[in-house]
Formats: sequence, structure tokens, C-alpha cells
Amino acid sequence: MVEILEARVLNPQITLLKLKAERIAKKVQPGQFVILHQDEKAERIPLTIADSDPQEGTITVIVQAAGESTKRLCTLKTGDSIRDVVGPLGQATDFEGAQNICVIGGGVGCAIAYPSAKACHRRGAHVDLIAGFKNESLVILKEEMAAIADEFTLISDDGSTGKQGFVTDALKEKLEQGKKYDLVIAIGPIIMMKMVCKVTEAAGIKTLVSLNPIMIDGTGMCGGCRVTVGGKVKFACVDGPDFDGHQVDFDELMQRNRTYMEDHRCHLEEAK
Amino acid sequence: MPNMQNEKTPMPLQEGLVRITNFEEVALGYTEEQMINEADRCLHCVNHPCTAGCPVSVMIPDFIKALKQGRIDEAYGIITKTNSFPTICGRVCPQENQCEKNCVRAIRGEAVAIGRLERYVADHHTPVLQEKPQPNGVKVAVVGSGPAGLACAADLAKEGFAVTIYEALHEAGGVLRYGIPEFRLPKRIVDEQLDQLKHLGVVIETNVIVGKTLTMQELEDEGFQAVFIGSGAGLPKFMGIPGETAAGVFSANEVLTRVNLMKAYREDHLTPYYQSNHTIVVGGGNVAMDAARCARRLGKKVTVVYRRSLAEMPARKEEVEHAMDEDITFMTLHNPVEIYKDEKGFVKGVKLEKMELGEPDERGRRSPVPTGEMIDLVCDCVIMALGTSSNPLLVRSEPRLQTNARGCLVVNEEQETTMKNVYAGGDAVSGAATVILALGAGKKAAASIIKALTPNKA
Repeated sequence: MVEILEARVLNPQITLLKLKAERIAKKVQPGQFVILHQDEKAERIPLTIADSDPQEGTITVIVQAAGESTKRLCTLKTGDSIRDVVGPLGQATDFEGAQNICVIGGGVGCAIAYPSAKACHRRGAHVDLIAGFKNESLVILKEEMAAIADEFTLISDDGSTGKQGFVTDALKEKLEQGKKYDLVIAIGPIIMMKMVCKVTEAAGIKTLVSLNPIMIDGTGMCGGCRVTVGGKVKFACVDGPDFDGHQVDFDELMQRNRTYMEDHRCHLEEAK
Repeated sequence: MPNMQNEKTPMPLQEGLVRITNFEEVALGYTEEQMINEADRCLHCVNHPCTAGCPVSVMIPDFIKALKQGRIDEAYGIITKTNSFPTICGRVCPQENQCEKNCVRAIRGEAVAIGRLERYVADHHTPVLQEKPQPNGVKVAVVGSGPAGLACAADLAKEGFAVTIYEALHEAGGVLRYGIPEFRLPKRIVDEQLDQLKHLGVVIETNVIVGKTLTMQELEDEGFQAVFIGSGAGLPKFMGIPGETAAGVFSANEVLTRVNLMKAYREDHLTPYYQSNHTIVVGGGNVAMDAARCARRLGKKVTVVYRRSLAEMPARKEEVEHAMDEDITFMTLHNPVEIYKDEKGFVKGVKLEKMELGEPDERGRRSPVPTGEMIDLVCDCVIMALGTSSNPLLVRSEPRLQTNARGCLVVNEEQETTMKNVYAGGDAVSGAATVILALGAGKKAAASIIKALTPNKA
């Protein structure tokens, strides 16, 4: 059992969990993830490690309530515990050498974009951070992100906070202003990462994306998380989760992530 | 006088069309009367060739003699002298290729049903907890809690070693837990075996991935004087054909993990199972049979597609028969060349190429030859059961561990790897094989560790 040292509601859909996990805290590098298994009947859920403190032996994950399992995780309180936490899994983000970096987070993706940006910043890179949300009520980690970014841009679909528009609009604007980046890191909904990659491909900027396929074991044992990158099949849990965004088949990933969606059952009904 | 009946005494089974509605054990075990009838078929050969066929050398005629004379606990003692896991082996060993292959009765008729008798003993003996051995103060780490790791841990614990098993998943047992379905090996049996190990003082730490959570160096630093690696061969193979990444295409490992470890077949568990009208399972091994039989219990129509003929199928004959009784269709001499997707990216069919049998390969199996003739089959789920290879996760993190061209760990005759005091066995060394071979390798490594670390005993 893993104790929850802090459960903090960040917005109506998103909860931050700080967990006592000494071994993982000692090993984790930016971009790596853990798998949480709340109780005997629960699913195994992959979540990127948003923060860690090797001294106090803690890791932090940020959960967005999307389905039954994540909803249940979001109801946990400080002092509760989680049956199983395993990690750190996957490869660390490779931003070696990049000096001018633009990190883009979309929605709960900011929970992963933030530690990546922080790590880049710590290595002395110039880091611009663009954070996009649907509306003001969904904003998370605003102060934290603002504190570590050289330039922080908040943008919302409906303009209820920050600028109005999509993260791609903010990125285009920066590029038009003459900003030069040698790396873009995009983390968020698949459609957002795909759109960012379209912009950066045209501009010839190397782009890393953090993929979020369906996973079970997270150790390369099942291939449930396989994605096509540069025409080759990769297992996101061991080869990723970060990949060169210009090589990723995003449409296939979106289709695969709908494997267990309700609309699939409708699709079966049609087939009969 | 021995019973000269030529056939094995049949094992009572749950009826085919009933059992596909549940996950209860299919083979129900002998009654006392059936057990006696079968035990009487053993001729008690002086040279007992059956024992030579057993990878852990169980003294078979001796246990059968004790059993039929009603001394079940003594029979259990004879078996467990060399095999710590008879409830498991009696159920899942391919006896026809091992002990029963050498049985003298098999020359004319069927072999003595050694596996079924072993299972009877294991299921009916009086449970006794073994006495805890005197600790010898030596710490040994075991990586992986599958059959190889469990066998190694059991033998070391009996000698007084302080054993800690590290397991990556949240439940111990390896393939016994996530691979072999409940209807072949009830999980309560795996739990009982683990409880016995814990009673012997073995500590099992789940959710630890050696190579990620802990490194080999850290194990050394924590005072483990030897390490046994039994991490298995868990990396699934795919065919590399067009359409293989469609939604609805799974590895058998994924399907079995969802069903067995995550209990996706139970309403009260949250892990989903993919609903289908017609599932194609590609492959002909035991894993293909397990996947097909799980799919049959959770879906509708299931077809096994295999590129050779029934005669070459590597799965146990009994498993193939059980699958057929469960209304699973077999399409032999066919091989998928493409998977068709619908506009939403879901599987809607497969293109199969007809195959012919060519010349026997170096192992004597006739190899399949493509004919160029294609047929299309409508289906909405494809399960790939093509075998597995070694998982590179551990060796990537430890350059001192050498592997061969197939990614398997290199070991010497003592089961020692290229790292001093680090031993390995089971699928991690041999590539995908059987439960009993893994048990045998774990025992052998335990013997080497005992020899290396307790010089007085040697």
C-alpha cells in the first residue's frame, strides 16, 4: 500500500496526488511515468510523474477524471492509500543540447509539460511555456508554470482566461515575432499534439511529443500501447512515451485509443 | 495383478457447452475409485523410465505405490522431495512429452496418467506447513516470481537462506498468474503455493522492476550475496503485416493479462474486455489455445488460424481437444497476410493465404509453404499468439549481463550468468518453454547457489 501524503483538488476535474514512494522518487527522470492500481478491482492506469522529491521520498501525479477509474482516483483524500504504484517506467525525455525550447501543454498535459519545462530551465535553457485550456475553470499550475518560464503564455479556447485561441495560435504568433526554437515539446490531447507538429514541421523545428496510448503492464509485456513511429511499430511503455512528433501516426493513435469506447459497441451493432 | 486396461482412466470434465459459460476449472480431477483404477495400471518398472522423463526427477512408481495403498501423505512427501509444486505440475505439465512419453504402458496403448495421479495426491493430502529451517544468514534476491523464481526461492528457503523475490506486476506467480487461465489452473492454487513460500520465510515484494525501480548494483549494495534472474520471456511477437495496429488486434499476452490478472471477465472488475462477434486467434501453441478459449468464454465465434496442419500443432493434444469441444473452429494451413480496417480504424476482416506443407525442417517439423492463393474472412478481433521473446528491460540496464543473438541470458553449466554470483534460468535463458522446464532450471540454479555460498555443505 502506498500512502497519499496530499490530495489536492486543482479544478473540478483534476486532482493532484503526492505519494510516498521512496524508490521511485530516487530514480525518476523527467518524462517517466508510473502505473497506479487503486485497489483489487481497479484498472492499472499510467500517469506521468509530475514532480518528485528524493529527499522526502515522494512523487506527485496529476489525475484528470475521464473514465470510471480516473474518477475514482480523483475522489481519494489525504491519508488514503493506493494498493499498487510501480515505476519509474519509460525513457526519460531527451532534450540534451537544446538551448531555446518552447514547451506546450494542453489541459491536464500541463501537469507533464510543467516538470519538463522545469527540467529544461534547470539545465540553463531558455524556456517559453504555452499553456492552453478550454476555459478558466480548468486552469491548473498557473503560478508554478509562470515561475519557471522565461516567457509564459496562457491561452483559452473561449478567452475566459489569458488570450483567446488555441496553443497553435500562440506558437505561430511567437514564430512570426521571430522567435527561434531548436526544440518544441508538446504534451496534451492527441489532436493538439498533431496540430502543433503540423506547425513545427512547416517551420523545421524538432518536436517531441509524449504519447498516451492504452496501457496495462507498462513493462513491454503486452504491446497494448503500440504506436507507429516513422513507419515502425514501437511500444510506448518501453521505447517512449516521448517520440519525434513528426514521425508519429497520430490518426492511428486516436483510433486505437477508442478501442474500448462506447461508440465501438455501436459499431458492432451496425456490423450485425 | 496390474490393471491391463489399455486406455487411461478418463478424467471427468465439465461439459463443453456448459463450461464456455464460466471460468471454473474444466478438468474436475479423479474420484478415489478412478484414482485406484488408474494407479493400478502402473507396472512399477524397476528402471522407472518415467522418472528420467521428468525434468525434476519425481520418483513416480514410488508415489503411485504409496497412493494406491492409501498413504496419500507419504505419496505427497515423495513428490515434494523433488517438486515443490505438484498441484500446478499435475495440471499444466505436457506429460505426454515428458514422464508419460517414457512410460512402458505407452508402447501398447496409453501411458499411465501420471499427471492426473500427481494432481490427485496434491489435491488430497493433509495440508501441513513445513517447519521453518534454521536461518543461515545469507541473503539471496530472486528477480521474477514465475515458476523458475518460485522453484529457486523454495529450494533456497528450505536451506535457510533469506530470500526476497522482486516482482514487476502487482501479483506474484508470473505466467501462472497472468498467462494460464483460471479454467486450467485455479488461482487459489497459485495463492496456496505462495502462502507456503511465505511460511518458509520468503519475502515477496511486488511492484518492483529490477532494472528500473532497483538496479542490479543496488541489490548487491543491499547485501544480497547472490541473485537469481527468472524474468521470463514476456515480449510478444507480432507479424509485421499491414493493418496489425488496427483497434481490435491484440497480443495473446494482452488478452490473457486482461482476463487472468485483471479479471476482465468479472463484472465487478473495471478492466475492460473487447467485445467481438468473431475472433481470429493466430498461432498453434498452448498460448493460442488459452487465448482462444478465453475469447470463446467472453465472446461469440472463435477461429484458430494456424499455418501448418493439426499434426504439427505444438499445443498439447488435450488442449486442442478441449478447444474443439468448446465449439472453436480450426482453420489450419492458412496464414494472415493483411488485416482489413473499417473507416473508424477497427478490424473488419483478414486476408489469409493458403499454405502447403513442404519438407521437414531441422527439427523434423514440416514447414509451411505459401501457395499464393488468398481468401478473405470477416472478423472483428484478431489475437496474435505467435510466441514471445526475451524482454530487454533488465539487460538494457545492466551491461555486465551478456545475452545471445536471441536476447536470452548466457549462462554456464551452473546456471551462472556473465556476472559473478548472478544466476538465471527459465524462459529468460531458454526462450519461451514450459512451466516444468522453468521449475527445473530454478531448482538447478538453487543447487548451484547453495553449493557456492555454503561451502561446508558441498
